[in-house]
Amino acid sequence: MSDRTTERDWPLWEVFVRSRRGLNHQHVGSLHAPDAAMALRNARDVYTRRSEGVSLWVVPAAAIVASSPDEKDSFFDPAADKAYRHPTFYEIPAEVQHL
Amino acid sequence: MTMPALATYALRLGDDALVLSHRLGEWVTNAPQLEEDVALANIGLDLLGQARTLLSYAGEVEAAGRTEDDLAYLRDEREFLNVHLVERPNEDFAVSMARQLLFSTYQLALYERLQDSADPTLSGMAAKAVKEVDYHRDHATQWVLRLGDGTDESHRRMQAGLARLWPYVDELFGTDDVEQSLVADGIAVDASALRAGWDGYVDGVLAEATLTRPEGTRTPPGGGRRGIHTEPMGFLLAEMQHLHRAHPGASW
Repeated sequence: MSDRTTERDWPLWEVFVRSRRGLNHQHVGSLHAPDAAMALRNARDVYTRRSEGVSLWVVPAAAIVASSPDEKDSFFDPAADKAYRHPTFYEIPAEVQHL
Repeated sequence: MTMPALATYALRLGDDALVLSHRLGEWVTNAPQLEEDVALANIGLDLLGQARTLLSYAGEVEAAGRTEDDLAYLRDEREFLNVHLVERPNEDFAVSMARQLLFSTYQLALYERLQDSADPTLSGMAAKAVKEVDYHRDHATQWVLRLGDGTDESHRRMQAGLARLWPYVDELFGTDDVEQSLVADGIAVDASALRAGWDGYVDGVLAEATLTRPEGTRTPPGGGRRGIHTEPMGFLLAEMQHLHRAHPGASW
């Protein structure tokens, strides 16, 4: 059972809950747990005790690769002025519904 | 005091749940992590819900006008009918996890059978609670595995925790005339019939957790079902009851 941690401080896990069948899992928060099985149980107790969900994911926070705030300009600004990337230039026939 | 057997039986199961719920509540703000505070409080609240149903029903069957609050807050120690295991102090976390494993394994087996009770209140309570207690047992199992098969220190403390509580195990499977009269009517579960399944599950967890099954029992085992308790019970009741007794009818 070498995968069970003996660290004094438990690692951080990010928790995702799916509230209903057919919906996506949504990030709801994080928690500490010694390993994946306990993280899932802690998530059940901390985040679904008021019937918030039907499915849970836990992901080691360390496994998440996040964009850096320093890269914000180069990552996201170029998308801001390219209106043609949005499908707003099509004439939609009046007969088409539910679009 | 002579109560109908059914009221006595409901009180016994209800007092187990009530007293253990109180002990688990004592962990809140004291558990190793905030997440564990919440987990133990959840389990305690599950048990409190079961206790409310059972105590209310005991009062109803007794038909002496006592409510769930009267039974929880205004009975004295000798009128509480819980087993000794649930009243034992929390001590360290390993002792509490040992108690959770030993008790919830018993309670799950009991409720699984009680679902088929001829009494609709008891069978209904059990059918709802069996899912709760299944989780309680899983939670305890996870901890016993990790502490038993963890570090040298956690193994030592888990083994010590089991040894501390093992003398209170035999009482769980004791039976008496009150219970047997209800077993005959298909209402109660014969606790002595739960032992083999309990042994199988607990032995399996202990083996996987590299723990050794302790030996020994109190002689004679038990007394809780007749209102005879161990010393910590009085202190527990003092804390649980003082507010209601100091301010009768207090609510918020």
